[in-house]
Amino acid sequence: MTSVEERSEHDARPRRPPAPATKRIARWLDRRLGAADFMRSALNKVFPDHWSFMIGELALYCFVVLLATGVYLTFFFHPSATQVIYNGSYAPLRGVRMSEAYQSAVDLSFDVRAGLVMRQIHHWAALLFLASIVIHLGRVFFTGAFRRPREINWMIGVMLLILAIFNGFAGYSLLDDQLSGTGLRIAYSIALSIPVAGTWIASLLFGGEFPGPDILTRLYIIHVLLIPAVIVVLLTLHLGIVVRHKHTQFEGPGREEDNVVGERLWPTYAAKALGLFFLTASVLCLLGGVAQINPIWIYGPFNPAEVSSASQPDWYMGWLDGALRIMPGWEIRAFGYEIPNPFFPAVLLAGVTFGLLFLWPFLEARVTNDHVEHHLCDRPRQRPVRTALGVATLSFYVICFLGGASDVLSSTFGLSVNAVLWTFRLALFVVPPMAAFTTHRLCRELAARDGLPIESRVRFKEIPARLLGRS
Amino acid sequence: MNGRERVAAVSFAVSTIASIALAVVYWRGGQTQLEGGCLFLVTGGIGFGIVSWAKQATPHDEVTEARHSVASSDEAFDEVAAEIESPQIAPEAIGRRRVLIALAGSAFAAMGAALLFPIRSLGPRPGKDLKSTPYAAGNLRVVTEDGKPVNPKNLAPDGVVTVWPEGHTDAADSPTLLIRTRSDQTFKPRAGREDWTVDGIVAYSKLCTHVGCPVGLYQAEVGLLLCPCHQSTFDVLDGARPVFGPAARSLPQLPLGVDDKGNLIARSDFSGPVGPGFWDRDR
Repeated sequence: MTSVEERSEHDARPRRPPAPATKRIARWLDRRLGAADFMRSALNKVFPDHWSFMIGELALYCFVVLLATGVYLTFFFHPSATQVIYNGSYAPLRGVRMSEAYQSAVDLSFDVRAGLVMRQIHHWAALLFLASIVIHLGRVFFTGAFRRPREINWMIGVMLLILAIFNGFAGYSLLDDQLSGTGLRIAYSIALSIPVAGTWIASLLFGGEFPGPDILTRLYIIHVLLIPAVIVVLLTLHLGIVVRHKHTQFEGPGREEDNVVGERLWPTYAAKALGLFFLTASVLCLLGGVAQINPIWIYGPFNPAEVSSASQPDWYMGWLDGALRIMPGWEIRAFGYEIPNPFFPAVLLAGVTFGLLFLWPFLEARVTNDHVEHHLCDRPRQRPVRTALGVATLSFYVICFLGGASDVLSSTFGLSVNAVLWTFRLALFVVPPMAAFTTHRLCRELAARDGLPIESRVRFKEIPARLLGRS
Repeated sequence: MNGRERVAAVSFAVSTIASIALAVVYWRGGQTQLEGGCLFLVTGGIGFGIVSWAKQATPHDEVTEARHSVASSDEAFDEVAAEIESPQIAPEAIGRRRVLIALAGSAFAAMGAALLFPIRSLGPRPGKDLKSTPYAAGNLRVVTEDGKPVNPKNLAPDGVVTVWPEGHTDAADSPTLLIRTRSDQTFKPRAGREDWTVDGIVAYSKLCTHVGCPVGLYQAEVGLLLCPCHQSTFDVLDGARPVFGPAARSLPQLPLGVDDKGNLIARSDFSGPVGPGFWDRDR
């Protein structure tokens, strides 16, 4: 009797349509992980909408494309210095002695189906990866988005920039063509120029005197495993901290220090982000397909006794090459020891550059005596001093970058190499102060036109007390 | 379907067709530009479709979320700090704890130092190799890249040829430039190097003293050697003294002579370490 009653009761319940498969899988997972609450808060996360906030995303998507294409390339590339005679399908190189590394890169380009398009997408993705990192860094700098509580994330970002530059260089140096071999030769000499420890550093890195028997295999594992792994860890932290802090936003109606106004992660922001990923990938694919890049078969295999004129590195190393050119022929010799010339433009300048960049949030906080939390982005014009310093620094590196093309500029415009170089030497000292002065004036006038207050120091009373935090 | 949805539908369709086209291109042997173009449409179609669809179908109302200070409250912080500092340790144990912490610290530091030693295996002790080249063996014939000796008669005025010590055409530190000066040029030998040239032929290391690029461009008219990497310029007639650019040292010179068959030899090593500078180059 009871069982019949139970059954009839059961039958009486409104019949539920069977749940869709995705939902059943989700429920199965939730019963084992209990992730529903977490998911809800994650999906409800609010992201403010501004075009400049997506530049960092572009860097992330370039990195994903780099990983995907890079893995494909590893299936065909042999990082070996063993000498072989080329006998592949590219006729002009047949019979030429070359390293196995260079041979496999040429084979990858001509004899592996879809090999060249993958190689070129990989290279273009690296160039755009660095470009979006630098522009993203500029955005964060000029809007003051590095201030408390975001100093740690700023430092992680600078580390990512350094790692990306280094890995880009390691990547194109692997192919052992004439251009990249020259780049490695210069890198070896820069390591050698470090006072006291330079000869040891160079020997340990290259496994002996240049070209060194082990440099290609070492660079390879650094390029495909070591640095990418560190980048993945730092990137995860970088994004995790953004979620923890919630994104900054520009001031506006209803947009205050103590809220964040924008679109929810699900579905609007997620759809846009996914769309942006595919669009980034599509631009990289188009470039990789139709815009030739790094045609190593034209450069030929590396021979330490040869070099061609107009040897320029990838764009993100251009400032360093330019600094090497612009530096006058000075070096320090005393007591039988010497600090060679390349140390100053290549090691010291790079060290000071990244050191200042790394510590900038703390330097600025100290000077402005601003130690409270900030979640509203500055407009660059509200901070004339910071903006002027940033523009001056940028102009310094742009001049270095252009200096890296001094030979191309002189041959293009029919000028003497010496005259072009002297122009850059002078410009390096003249342009940044002028840029700073102009930017400062421009900021003040733009701010005045907009009726914005100039913030040379923070306005303490406008910050809600609970944001002042501990201290 | 409204406008945006129609755009999305067309985008997805284009992407699908492009994927099929990509497969055809690939199976027919592949073609880089077509592969790139197809991949552009495949990914671009999906991306454009998603964005168009999202613009139409997803909510655009702005949501406001409250933001609180990132820092924990002072109470919570102090509680956790107190828990970590484990106050239940008896006062008489505190001294012993200090000793143990110090010992454990030194153990970890020692382990860290010991684990650094294998770095030494990465390369040989630097020094000798940087300061000498295979020419040091003395009286080696200089040969071209294909191993042929050089007879002074075969080098015309203004002629330049790259040579190596015989048997070492692979040595990256040995490429040497032989340059024959013209009779109307005044070659000024350095003191003590008056007999280092043969019939107006002078030999310098080809490695730039800046960062070691090969100094490959000879402007014969003015007797200047130019490095294509960073435009350091050396005066061939004056001991390869740097006259422009970042290089701060002259190119090392090789003492030339002739053997009994009249071919050029290098009597000993270069006048100094070749290539870029380093800390103890002069010691």
